[in-house]
Amino acid sequence: MELDVSGLQVTYAGVIRALRGVDLRVGADEIVAVLGSNGAGKTTLLRAVTGSLKRHRAKVDKGQVTFGGRPLVGVDPVDVVNRGVVLVPEGRRVFGRLSVEENLRAGAISVRDRAARAEARNKVYAMFPRLAERRRQRAALLSGGEQQMLAIGRALMSSPRLLLLDEPSLGLAPQIVAHIGEVLKEINRAGTSVMLVEQNAAMALGVADRGYVLELGRVELSGPAAQLAASDSIASLYLGRGPRDDVSRRGAGDTPGGPDGLDGPGGGPGGLGGGRGGSASPVPAATLSRWVPPEKGRFGLLGGAGAATGGR
Amino acid sequence: MTTFLSFLINGLSLGSLYALIALGFVIIYKASEILNFAHGAFLLLGAYVIARLEPSVGFFAAVAIGIVATALVAFVSERVLFSRVRSAHMASLTIMTLGLDLIITTDLTRRIGSSVLSLGQPWGAGVVRVGGVSISENRLIAIVVAFVLIGLLFAAFRFTSWGVALRAAAEDGEAAALMGIRQARVGAVAWIIAGGLAAVAAVFLTGSPTPGLEPNLRTIAFAAFPAAILGGLDSTTGALAGGLIVGVAESLFAGYNASLTFLGGGFSVVVPYAVMMLVLVARPAGLFGTKELHRV
Repeated sequence: MELDVSGLQVTYAGVIRALRGVDLRVGADEIVAVLGSNGAGKTTLLRAVTGSLKRHRAKVDKGQVTFGGRPLVGVDPVDVVNRGVVLVPEGRRVFGRLSVEENLRAGAISVRDRAARAEARNKVYAMFPRLAERRRQRAALLSGGEQQMLAIGRALMSSPRLLLLDEPSLGLAPQIVAHIGEVLKEINRAGTSVMLVEQNAAMALGVADRGYVLELGRVELSGPAAQLAASDSIASLYLGRGPRDDVSRRGAGDTPGGPDGLDGPGGGPGGLGGGRGGSASPVPAATLSRWVPPEKGRFGLLGGAGAATGGR
Repeated sequence: MTTFLSFLINGLSLGSLYALIALGFVIIYKASEILNFAHGAFLLLGAYVIARLEPSVGFFAAVAIGIVATALVAFVSERVLFSRVRSAHMASLTIMTLGLDLIITTDLTRRIGSSVLSLGQPWGAGVVRVGGVSISENRLIAIVVAFVLIGLLFAAFRFTSWGVALRAAAEDGEAAALMGIRQARVGAVAWIIAGGLAAVAAVFLTGSPTPGLEPNLRTIAFAAFPAAILGGLDSTTGALAGGLIVGVAESLFAGYNASLTFLGGGFSVVVPYAVMMLVLVARPAGLFGTKELHRV
C-alpha cells in the first residue's frame, strides 16, 4: 500500500495557504523523510493525511491524498487509523495520567481482537524494554525519550501499514535520537512504511530511503536520501555544516531580510506559517532555515524558489 | 454518641447517593466537556417513570424500565442536542442543558401536581436498629447499592476499553482521535451510564425517610453539583469524596439543627454550597481536580 499525495493545497481559516501544491509519495516498505523548517507545512501535510484538518479549521482546496488507492481527504481521523495509517504526533502527546500499559491500550482501541492486542503489546515491549519495566507508571513520569518511545509504541498498537512521525527527535538527547532512528529502521524491516517529518535532517536522511524538502508549502527538492544529504544546499541549510557554518549557527531570528537575491522574513512569503509561529521567530540552530544571508547565487535551487514564491 | 453515629451513617448513605449523581455529572463532563445541569431533571424523570409504572408492572420491572428510559433520554439528548453543536462554546452548551432541565422539570412538575407519588419500594419505611443507632432500611440498602455501582464504575474506568478511551479522550481529545478513539461513542456511553445512575439514585432519594416523589426532588439532587465541583470536576474519585462530604455535612447540620439555631433554621439546605465555597477558596481546582476550570 502506498501513500500518494498529489497537487495538495490546504488553506487555514479560508485565508492562510499552508500547502501550495504538494506532490509526494511513500511507497510500500519505504522510509521517506520530509524535511523543512518551521512553517514549511510539514505538520499541515500530516494533518491532511490523518484527517485532522477540520479540527484546525483548515481544508483541502485542491489535490488528492490516497492510501492504497483509496482517497483519504474528508475521512474521519478514526477511520484513517482503521485503514492502517497512524501518526505519532509532535510533542509526543502521550496520555500523562494514564499508565504506560493504558497508553498502549488506548492505541489499540480500534483492535477488536484481544489476542491481537496482546501480541502487539508484547512486540512493543520487546522493542522498548524500558516501557515493559515501567508499565505501571504514569506516562507523565517518564523521561522525554521514554515518552517518545511510548508514543511510537502506542501508534504501533494498531499494527499500522504506514507510520507517520512528526518531529520525533524534538528536544531529545543525540543518543536517544540515534536510538529512535534505529527503531524506525527496525519497524520498517518488519513491514511498515514510514514517513518521517523532521527538522533534524541528519537523523532523518540517515534512516530514510528517499527524502523531500518542503519550503513554504511546496516540495522544493526531492530524491534519494543519500543524494540529498550530500547536496550542498541541504548541507548548509539543514545540517549546519558547509562553508557558512559560522553564520548558520547564529539562528535565523538575528538576521533581518537578506540584502541579496533571497527574500527576507519581511518579504512576500513571510507569514505562510500555517498557523505555527511566524517565519520571523527564532529557529533553533542547525535546523536552520533560509533566512541566513547567503552569498549571492550560492544556493541556486532554493534561491530560485524563493524568487518564484516572492513573485506571487 | 449514638445519635452522632446515626447522623453519620445517614449522611454517608445520602452522600453515596449524591456520589452516584455527581459521578454521572463528572463522566459527562469528562467525555463531552459539558456541565450537564439537566441531570436533576433526568433524576426526576427516572423517579416519575418508576412511580407511574410500578402499580401495573411491579417495582423491580418498573425500576428496570425507569433506568432504561432515563438512560435513553440522556442518550437522545446528547445525540440530538449536544453532539450536533460540539463546536459551540462550553458556556452555550451549559445554558442549553439548563434549558433542557427547565423543559423536563416543568412538564413533570405539571404532571405530578401537588400529589406525592410513591415509587412503591418493597422495603417500605422499615427501620433497622443496631445498638442505639437507628437507620431506615431504605438508606441502608442505598449505601450498599451505591457502593456496588460505584465500585463497578471505577472498575470500568480502569479495566474496560471504554474507560481507557474515556480517560484518554478527556486528557487529549485530538491525540485520542489520532489513536482511533471515537469520542462520539465514548460520549454516548457516558451519557447512558450517567442517566442510568441518576434513575437509581432517584429510587432511594424518594424512599424513607422522604415521603415519596415530589417535584422538589430535583432541588435535592442539585446538591450533587457542589459535590462534583468540590471534588474536582474532572475527577471521579473527587465525585465520590465530594458526594460523601456533602452528604455527611448536610446530615450532621440537619441532625444538630436544634443546637445550631444561631445559623437560622434549616441551614442544612445550604450546607453543600457553603462547603463547596470553602473548599474552592482553599483549592480552586477542587480536592482531586487536575486542572483549573475556565470561568464560564
